[in-house]
Amino acid sequence: MSKKGSIILGTPLVLLSFILYKTVGYHLVTIILMLATALLAGGPIIYRALVALRYRVIGIDLLVSIAVVGALAIGEFWEAAAVTYLFMLGDYLESRTLEKSRSSIKSLMALAPETARVREGANEIIVSPQELKRGMSVVIKPGERIAADGVVIEGSAYLDQSSLTGESEPVHKEVGDEVFSGTLITNGYLVIEALKVGEESTFAKIIHLVEEAQDAKAPTQKFIERFSKYYTPAIIAIALITYLITKDIRMALTLLVIGCPGALVISVPVSIVAAIGTSAKLGILLKGGEMVEKLGKVDVTAFDKTGTLTQGKPTVTTIKGYGMEMDELLRLSAIGETYSEHPLGQAIIDAAQERVLLSEQLPEDVDHIQGQGLTFSLEGERYLIGNRALLESHQIDLSVVMEDLARESHLRRSVVLVASAKEVLGLIAISDQVRAEAGEVITQLRSLGVKKSVMLTGDNRATAQAVAEYLNLDEFKAELMPGDKVDEVKQLQSEYGKVALIGDGINDAPSLATADVGIAIAGAGNDVAMESADVVLLGEKLSPLIDAIKLSRLAVANMQQNIFFALAVAAFLLVGVLMGGVTLSVGMLVHELSVLLVILNAVRLMRYAKGKKKTII
Amino acid sequence: MKKVTLQLETLSCPACAAKVQAVLKKSKGVKESEVLFNSSRVKVSYDAEVINLEEIKGKISKLGYSTLSAREE
Repeated sequence: MSKKGSIILGTPLVLLSFILYKTVGYHLVTIILMLATALLAGGPIIYRALVALRYRVIGIDLLVSIAVVGALAIGEFWEAAAVTYLFMLGDYLESRTLEKSRSSIKSLMALAPETARVREGANEIIVSPQELKRGMSVVIKPGERIAADGVVIEGSAYLDQSSLTGESEPVHKEVGDEVFSGTLITNGYLVIEALKVGEESTFAKIIHLVEEAQDAKAPTQKFIERFSKYYTPAIIAIALITYLITKDIRMALTLLVIGCPGALVISVPVSIVAAIGTSAKLGILLKGGEMVEKLGKVDVTAFDKTGTLTQGKPTVTTIKGYGMEMDELLRLSAIGETYSEHPLGQAIIDAAQERVLLSEQLPEDVDHIQGQGLTFSLEGERYLIGNRALLESHQIDLSVVMEDLARESHLRRSVVLVASAKEVLGLIAISDQVRAEAGEVITQLRSLGVKKSVMLTGDNRATAQAVAEYLNLDEFKAELMPGDKVDEVKQLQSEYGKVALIGDGINDAPSLATADVGIAIAGAGNDVAMESADVVLLGEKLSPLIDAIKLSRLAVANMQQNIFFALAVAAFLLVGVLMGGVTLSVGMLVHELSVLLVILNAVRLMRYAKGKKKTII
Repeated sequence: MKKVTLQLETLSCPACAAKVQAVLKKSKGVKESEVLFNSSRVKVSYDAEVINLEEIKGKISKLGYSTLSAREE
């Protein structure tokens, strides 16, 4: 019989037993009704307990089974019926409320489209997303969700990407732009070339990661599980000893029932599952209970600069030649940067391209000097492109550029100097705009009580200082090599405690791994960051960091409330039993109620996302 | 060696998950098993010559949990 069926049948049985018990007392009819209830509700419990026992597993089922059999043996038919019924009802209600605490992920999954429109020649055919193949042209109309990751090949549209990133402002997409499955077209239409379909798509990966994260156990949970492994057998032993000493079988049996560690073992996983599911709705991936616990207790937030505190798209703002034409300077620099993967080099190449100055000439003998720049040869001349340190190490006189350097640094721009082997040829200033929301995020972190917000960057000191002052950061470290960043993180850990490092998840992998919590920003579509970071902010914005920390703290507090409550109830019941006021059925009722309350407390965490949505609208 | 992921009906307590885990661990032919409490899923890799999928499902259902769906890898 199904669980629901047993309850539908069991409820009138137990009610009728209760009425008869209170009116006529133990009459033959009453006893038969009670036995029927105990058999209906208790039969499956005893059966499961025996199966488990065969594999030497001692669980809650066994505790309840012994109590029921014991109650029947001493003629406490009402207690046996009530205990089994309450246990069955509690189990049913608990699984229903648990469903609720786990519902965030289901509502996310429901956003995956059920059909896709594929263009084949002049026709459009409807297929299921599972039938999509890489390279197919998929047509999406207003109000529809995209069924695969891909690139726009026709049309333009505004997209609601909130299912992925939590950001509800529409994003404009046109030919050449990347789009993600699960996102919604609000107006316009798109034809995309499918690139990642099915399980490969970003959306499917996020769902998968959230599911894995929800089952990654928090340290507290592991502790409680180890504890309960010995706890249950210990309860049986205690009940037995109690009986041997007091010869009071009722008290011994009641101890078995109140000893069920139900509320305690569920206290941590429910809070975690609710927190992770809720954060996923806000575009935040928390990779497991351990990360929730750590993020909730973070002492220092360390930021990478480029792409994290700034927008990460450096553009050339000033070009100044000292005895050299501007265009010539840019052309020369672009040649030198040909093989460079440095973002500043890329900005120079972009600027040259814009002014149609890109030549096909290639640099010779390129020598990259980490943290400084590069040197190269062209037509027999040696050139230097890089920061002040590079030029100083080549004994080049900097007096002509000092004034310009000071001004550009003050404007929070990075400066690239260009020189021949003898003298400075020019200066290129590159600016990377500070994110609009960054200042607010730093202020909020401070008001949340995070001890320090620091910036760790490989960029030059002057630029870093300007950004740090503008954002009112507590500290900054500039001109760091990737290895230095790791050391800085370790230093912060030893000084202040738990460190969260926020970066783009690609360049700073070693320091992200060193930090207690490695947080990657702009994770959607970035598989490396999604896989490796502990926490992923899927959207382009920095502000969800605040939500992630707030929600983690709420979750940690929620867990502590649950653990405290579970232990308090157990202690209260224990005293009740020893004083003689708590019977088997009362013990079971209070126990089941405590489990339900613990789950409902965790469900409360889900309100965080609802509150958020309202403020956005 | 076969691998299968079973979706069970809602596991209502972590102890139930531990129970399923313990039973699978002691079953002949089951090489590896992992019970995911929150998603109510079980991942099993097993030797198809010793035990089959139906037997695995049977063992779990005896503990009180029916299998809603199974996906073989």
